[in-house]
Amino acid sequence: MPTAPVKFYQVGSFAAGNRLIDPSLRTVQSELTRSNSLTSGHRACQGCGEALGARYVLDAAMRASGGRLVVVNATGCLEVFSTPYPETSWQVAWLHSLFGNAPAAASGVAAALRSQGRTDIRVLAQGGDGGTVDIGLGALSGMFERNDDVLYVCYDNEAYMNTGVQRSGATPPAARTATTETVGPEPGNVFGQGKNLPRIAMAHGIPYVATATVSEVHDLENKVETAMGIHGARYLHVLVPCPLGWAAPTNQTVHLARLAKETGIFPVLEARDGEVTAVSAIRHQVPVEEYLKLQGRYRHLFRPEPRTEVIARIQAAADANIARYGLVSDDATEPPAGGAP
Amino acid sequence: MSTLQLVQGNEACALGALAAGCRFFAGYPISPSSEIAEALARALPRRGGVFIQMEDEMASLGAVLGAAMGGARAMTATSGPGFTLMQEHLGYASLAEIPCVVVDVMRGGPSTGLPTSPSQGDVMQARWGSHGDRATVVVAPASVQEVHDLTGTAFALAERLRTPVVVLFDEVIGHMREGVTLAAPPAGSAGRPVPGEPPGPSFRSAYRPNAEGVAMVPDFGRGYRFHVTGLMHDERGYPTSDPATVAALLERLERKTDAALDALPPERYRLEDATVVLIAYGITARMARAAVDVLRERGIPAGLLRPRLLWPVPVAALEEAIAPAELVVAAEMNRGQWSLEVERVAGRQVPLAPYLKAGGSIISVEELVEHVLAATREGVLA
Repeated sequence: MPTAPVKFYQVGSFAAGNRLIDPSLRTVQSELTRSNSLTSGHRACQGCGEALGARYVLDAAMRASGGRLVVVNATGCLEVFSTPYPETSWQVAWLHSLFGNAPAAASGVAAALRSQGRTDIRVLAQGGDGGTVDIGLGALSGMFERNDDVLYVCYDNEAYMNTGVQRSGATPPAARTATTETVGPEPGNVFGQGKNLPRIAMAHGIPYVATATVSEVHDLENKVETAMGIHGARYLHVLVPCPLGWAAPTNQTVHLARLAKETGIFPVLEARDGEVTAVSAIRHQVPVEEYLKLQGRYRHLFRPEPRTEVIARIQAAADANIARYGLVSDDATEPPAGGAP
Repeated sequence: MSTLQLVQGNEACALGALAAGCRFFAGYPISPSSEIAEALARALPRRGGVFIQMEDEMASLGAVLGAAMGGARAMTATSGPGFTLMQEHLGYASLAEIPCVVVDVMRGGPSTGLPTSPSQGDVMQARWGSHGDRATVVVAPASVQEVHDLTGTAFALAERLRTPVVVLFDEVIGHMREGVTLAAPPAGSAGRPVPGEPPGPSFRSAYRPNAEGVAMVPDFGRGYRFHVTGLMHDERGYPTSDPATVAALLERLERKTDAALDALPPERYRLEDATVVLIAYGITARMARAAVDVLRERGIPAGLLRPRLLWPVPVAALEEAIAPAELVVAAEMNRGQWSLEVERVAGRQVPLAPYLKAGGSIISVEELVEHVLAATREGVLA
């Protein structure tokens, strides 16, 4: 009987879809021996995509490094919710640096370990989108330029959530935040050129750049494992929906992440040495409305009357992504991805 | 026209800025100051103003300085870590004489510290945070009403003296809500000095001082061609390393800020016959004022001097209040910063018993009263 490759649809980290397949294909999350690097009991909001993403990434990185991992963490939600005094949720060697200097601090850690011949100990730096694309961009670019041996992970929830949902350079057009109110002729965030950090990272020609979302744990873990197998500067950009900042139901985090990919709004890809080498095809393309209407930050696009021209601009940006990366293949005739609608 | 409203301290700061003519704000989110940016993000576009959220605090103050040179009344707001990042720009603004207002809502430091707890730990950074001998103007409101009013004062001083003015308060005042009267600012607030002579090819005096010692720098876009630099410069604005010129420039920049002393004298409370003199500013002064009343009820002749201007130091007012004192108690929420200025002015002649508290909670009336009583019992007050 011919075998077809298994296609993974995440329906929960311990679900049967993981347990029934070959152990070598199971997720790190489904292993009872996973490191639980970001252990339970932290104070993230219900449905936090960043907590989910960080757990997936670090458990995978811990397995790939044999537990020899140092984590440098920028200031932000992830740092705040995981470390309320006198507690910590981190089961790894963990350095909270400042808001904008995590790439620099991680470069220092990696250099010191290398100078002592300890290249077996790996360094992972992580931060939110504000700490990465705004205040930390200079230090991150320096880390890329020197090709320092660090995997930098950006958990992108598209605004400064920790300080009360202010816009960042990663906030998408038209989204409402505390500093992009729905006032004026173009309510919400501006339609700018955006700040596409995966492409900025690729422009540095570093060995590995990838994007992922929390909706596809296999893909995310595989990319962490691939990155950990490479030395030099590596960049992983993970889309992590934020129920609070996106004004979305807390049970829709994974679904929203999937829709971001399936609409083409968030291209999921891999790049080596500055060139895109793989993309995750859209399985069942959906119009951007399906993604936008679930989020209160876009409510002004639908009420009191639909702003179809704004939605069309967002659709055009998604279509441009699809065309640029070839996200829709001709045989994309599968049924909609599983999971809660 | 005036209206009484219930307003949060940070919102009052935004309202005071708008009333003072602020039309440009560039900032970066940071607790506990973010509400200032959020309020101005809503209000400025409706008034023809500009709000920009920048990529960090360095860029924020950089944009403010550019906007100020472009002719706008401009402001940013931040807290300790961001204030630290702004220090290079503050030094530049001082030397290039660019008017702007920088609000620092203090939280516990150093570093990320205590992001949502009050502190008065940035007092010395506001004075000496940027390198070199720099004259500074720093105002310290003690209530929501005063946040509103002194933000206006800060703009008036910044424009008149062409210098950055820092508004320094803390998390408690920033997040406290009080009834405030939002009166229009006093009319006739002088704008920034501008050149007396018209633009033209012979214009070479962008940094010529007026009678108050303030350079009469034109705004961009008025037809003048001139040179602005963070290098030491002469009256033309051109870089110079001539020692006499540089020394005179530094002396002038320091002297011009003395005008702030007259504009914002300290508050004197029950000091007429006081021999126990409390000295406190900002939120701490609220408790110190109540402590004075409690001490008076217990027969201690206490009074309070409350500086509203921390830098330059109101030395004459301090000397006057301290002269009859038998005990001086400077209270502040740090490990000893402005109390060092009190000590400097008081010299060794007056017994000092500063009350210092760092750690993230405010000083209570009870502990301050107890401290003063203990100091008197222990014979500091002979």
